[in-house]
Amino acid sequence: MSMNDPALTHAIFGRLSLESFPIHEPILLWTFAAVVLLGVGLVAAVTYFRLWGYLWREWFTSVDHKKIGIMYIILGIVMLLRGFSDALMMRLQQAMAFGGNEGYLNAHHYDQIFTAHGTIMIFFVAIPLIVGLVNFVMPLQIGARDVAFPFLNSLSLWLTVAGAILVMISLFVGEFSRAGWLNYVPVANIQNSPDTGPDYYLWALQIAGVGTTLSAINMVTTIIKMRAPGMTMMKMPVFTWTALCSNVLAIAIFPVLTATFVMLMLDRYIGSNFFTNDLGGNPMMYWNLVWVWGHPEVYVLVLPVFGIFSEVTSTFCGKRLFGYSSMVYATVVIMILSYLVWLHHFFTMGSGASVNSFFGIATMVISIPTGAKIFNWLFTMYRGQIRFELPMMWVVAFMITFVVGGMTGVLLAVPPADFVLHNSLFLVAHFHNVIIGGVVFGLFAGMYYWFPKAFGFRLDPFWGKVTFWGWVIGYWVAWTPIYIVGLMGTTRRVRHFDDPSLQIWFVIAGIGALIILVGILGFVIQIAVSIKNRHALRDVTGDPWNGRTLEWSTTSPPPFYNFAFTPIVHDLDSWYEMKSRGAQKPTAGFRPIHMPRNTGAGVVISALALVLGFAMVWYMWWLAILSSVALLVVTIAHTFNYHRDYHVSADEVAHIERLAEGA
Amino acid sequence: MTTQASEAQDTLVFYQVEEEHHAEHSGGSTLLGFWIYLMSDALIFAALFATFGVLNSSFAGGPGPRELFDLNLVAMNTALLLVSALTCGLAMISLQAGKLGAVRLWLVVTALLGAGFVGIELHEFRHLIAEGATPQRSGYLSAFFTLVGTHGLHVTFGIVWIAVMLVQLGQRGLHADNQRRLLTLSMFWHFLDVIWIGVFTFVYLLGVVR
Repeated sequence: MSMNDPALTHAIFGRLSLESFPIHEPILLWTFAAVVLLGVGLVAAVTYFRLWGYLWREWFTSVDHKKIGIMYIILGIVMLLRGFSDALMMRLQQAMAFGGNEGYLNAHHYDQIFTAHGTIMIFFVAIPLIVGLVNFVMPLQIGARDVAFPFLNSLSLWLTVAGAILVMISLFVGEFSRAGWLNYVPVANIQNSPDTGPDYYLWALQIAGVGTTLSAINMVTTIIKMRAPGMTMMKMPVFTWTALCSNVLAIAIFPVLTATFVMLMLDRYIGSNFFTNDLGGNPMMYWNLVWVWGHPEVYVLVLPVFGIFSEVTSTFCGKRLFGYSSMVYATVVIMILSYLVWLHHFFTMGSGASVNSFFGIATMVISIPTGAKIFNWLFTMYRGQIRFELPMMWVVAFMITFVVGGMTGVLLAVPPADFVLHNSLFLVAHFHNVIIGGVVFGLFAGMYYWFPKAFGFRLDPFWGKVTFWGWVIGYWVAWTPIYIVGLMGTTRRVRHFDDPSLQIWFVIAGIGALIILVGILGFVIQIAVSIKNRHALRDVTGDPWNGRTLEWSTTSPPPFYNFAFTPIVHDLDSWYEMKSRGAQKPTAGFRPIHMPRNTGAGVVISALALVLGFAMVWYMWWLAILSSVALLVVTIAHTFNYHRDYHVSADEVAHIERLAEGA
Repeated sequence: MTTQASEAQDTLVFYQVEEEHHAEHSGGSTLLGFWIYLMSDALIFAALFATFGVLNSSFAGGPGPRELFDLNLVAMNTALLLVSALTCGLAMISLQAGKLGAVRLWLVVTALLGAGFVGIELHEFRHLIAEGATPQRSGYLSAFFTLVGTHGLHVTFGIVWIAVMLVQLGQRGLHADNQRRLLTLSMFWHFLDVIWIGVFTFVYLLGVVR
């Protein structure tokens, strides 16, 4: 039998063939060339500087929550560049494609771009950035030395990375889904999308979703079990509270998404009839189930961000947060309510007036605790000694921008209004308003706030301001016109328009996107400039902002064990209290510290999951079976490892602490 | 716990100078974490039950529960799983008594009962498929096979876990880590029982009664 035998090649490669590579798409070809060049350059550089061993030992196999947090954030930033490229392509297409001009993207390609944009921005930008910040900050805030399950933490990270890689592969090998960011049926059903698109989507998100669920279990257990002595629930920093609620919510929703995706996979792979249009299937059930995940997910992302704003406002106003307990209760109420509003994503389904009224009112009620939070931040600022450093600037930009998004949200929660605005660009503008104005602005505030803690030097303020103004001005220029055309009735996911009077709005939106690009480039330049000038920007105090919570009580960057002596908490702003009472760190009498050992198992298991996903997408059954068996064997083998921790000797702790003092 | 006062003239102590026994590395976190995992797994079943509820009468002209189910077989299956919960509990009692041999014996019995359960389930599935009641036939059957099959997969996974556990008990006996693993294993096994009660009631009994 020769290699040209179609049966043999099919058995080996499944449905993967030379046609699967987009050699006829010049845009993709050039992107591919650029990515390959960049990749080869990166690999060459790492090899040249002999960094592979270092990266493997110190980073890839690390179970240190701080390093895992930083790697999550790097993943989020890299994927942001990809997701934003998709955004620019859409803006360019919509600014061009009027009347006789078809633009430069065909419908097939355009549909993949808006699907990939949404999928990547939520699953591989927002989630990794949030999980990364929680991972880095939360254990430090509660005075812990690591998370409850350090190995699971590493596994969660690498599963997320594997999902991201699978999405990136779909750019160059085969196609991505065209069915919208939640992979809606009936478009994603097998008869409408027989290609690899929905399969890439499903496998990437299943792999990453397992990681997110495990991470959430880990964080909740850590917060409940590992707080420093004296830190009762109502003495927990607000960021830790929001992290707790966010992760409890994630545990409550991600299993639903997993189950839903399993059902869609069964529909696509074995021909079952969950979401089909015939033989008793019910496509609207898919919509209900994905939005049972989807709406709370918004709060999984935004609650920790509210926590960031609380920490930043309190620190930069030099005041205790106004209304701490109301902030905590508001967070808990939002967490509960967010589970009861999913149907507002499809009032037009036809579930009747009473059902729609319930979900409409529940949605509007969420604005009450959220409004309370806004007032708490405002009252914290009132008569505070406000320092307008970069993180605080983001807080103010957030409050102004987010309130508008919140109000358009309440507007959309009114079912009759929603019948008019459903699937319009007004809706698209609304959720970009809350996600950019809320989540993204908050992530920037958080990254600027905690960067000196992570690396021991501040970020360059000039380029930080470029980033800030680029994003804030860019946001308003890009999305105000979209609100306007949306209100006029323009629908979403449209590649070409007939009405020439609309074009000017899309051109303005495109200009806004370019201003945001300035912000994004400013951020990349800022990091580069700050690394170059790190000696000038060095912070030796460990507490550059005059912080109030425990993460500022240790050195920057913190030693791998975080605290040589576990702090004891007496008050809400515990580090502020320690400072004002003149508490001194003991300088002698160090004790051995119990720490988890690094392991490569997380990387290996995730790599196998990636192979399994790729094999299933392309119907390479032999490879799928092989990787499943390997997955099982490696996982079981890992349970035979009983040497998972060790003691850092007292002498070593003393040595590290003395070095940090001298620095 | 000995502590050292801060240099300020107050009685508050801000650093723990002598370490307490590490609570975070003992079993407490693992048991709580495993409980939370079980709750998340319960939500997977909740989604599958909800789907089954929606597709409950979507027969698409195909067979329904009355024609399909043999309640005698299901009763036997239920009995096997419930007895396995008892034997799993006996294994835990032996663990508390520190009797390694008894732990291993009861685990073997539990796994065998579980294997019997999976065997009967597979037999039922094969029988249904031979009759043309395949998962592809109707929305109802898709939901049935997925819900019951997911439970069956969990039992299968539990059996694999018991097998691994038996090897590890052979290697290290009642090592502290093994004790913790046994506790989580028993939680997992009882969780499967609870889910099965739901499946038995809502899928089989109510299906036939309706």
